[in-house]
Amino acid sequence: MPVEKVIFYCFAALMLFAAFMVITSRHPVRAVLFLVLSFISASALWLLLEAEFLAIILVLVYVGAVMVLFLFVVMMLNMNTAPLKEGFSRYLPLGILIGVLFAGQVIWLLLDNQALLPEWRSLQRHAADYNNTEILGRALYSDYLYPFEIAGVILLVAIVAAIALTFRGTKSSRKQNISEQVKVTKADRLRIIKD
Amino acid sequence: MLTAIDFLIVSSLLFSLGVVGIIINRKNVIVLLMCIELILLAVNTNFITFARFLGDTGGEIFVFFILTVAAAEAAIGLAILVVLYRARNSINVQDLNLLQG
Repeated sequence: MPVEKVIFYCFAALMLFAAFMVITSRHPVRAVLFLVLSFISASALWLLLEAEFLAIILVLVYVGAVMVLFLFVVMMLNMNTAPLKEGFSRYLPLGILIGVLFAGQVIWLLLDNQALLPEWRSLQRHAADYNNTEILGRALYSDYLYPFEIAGVILLVAIVAAIALTFRGTKSSRKQNISEQVKVTKADRLRIIKD
Repeated sequence: MLTAIDFLIVSSLLFSLGVVGIIINRKNVIVLLMCIELILLAVNTNFITFARFLGDTGGEIFVFFILTVAAAEAAIGLAILVVLYRARNSINVQDLNLLQG
């Protein structure tokens, strides 16, 4: 068995095991950590497909930022996990049925149509001077320039939305409230004591 | 030699694990978000497989954009979750019946 297949099967099994633990584990912190394991094994699979830039991006951006954000939120919310698990065994048969049906259908379809795809039969390695990052960069800044800029706008919108949702204002800051200052009347400030 | 079918089968199994997770963890919003991440990971693996075996860079570019949108979605989803927890003191999906009337 060639070494590529060994690596592929190891990481694919690790990824599926981690994904299984994500959906079944009792505690959310453990689920997030298994999700990290799943992402790292997926990035190994992407490396096997010679998508080096995206594999590194997956580890750096996804595991390094998004999963850490998940971990922060899970640890910040002091939640009681017992009531969150109560429907688990009730929906388990339905979930397994749908999962097996879906996976079985897709795999049957793939294996059935394998002969239709002769050019996909085996992976031809790129030459040694193949540079995935350079090719992606060239495509991104020429053919996909406008989508790239829209992606930047989406990230900006996400930043603004996340801050606007969670920001509660500072209590200690001393700032003017202009509308209240304009609306003030004489009676608010002065108390006239008649003799 | 590795074939495209291997990668496609693994990603379809990962996708169905994500779908099963959404069905069986329907009480916990955080685990639901994590299951969506699993599904997106499966989709991305599929995209990269097709890009690689068809020799087209467009698939990998698409994965780049999916990662961007998924990061934005996770950030906003978690912010909504924090606001929800402040308002309701729980993240149970069953407690979110304000719009039922």
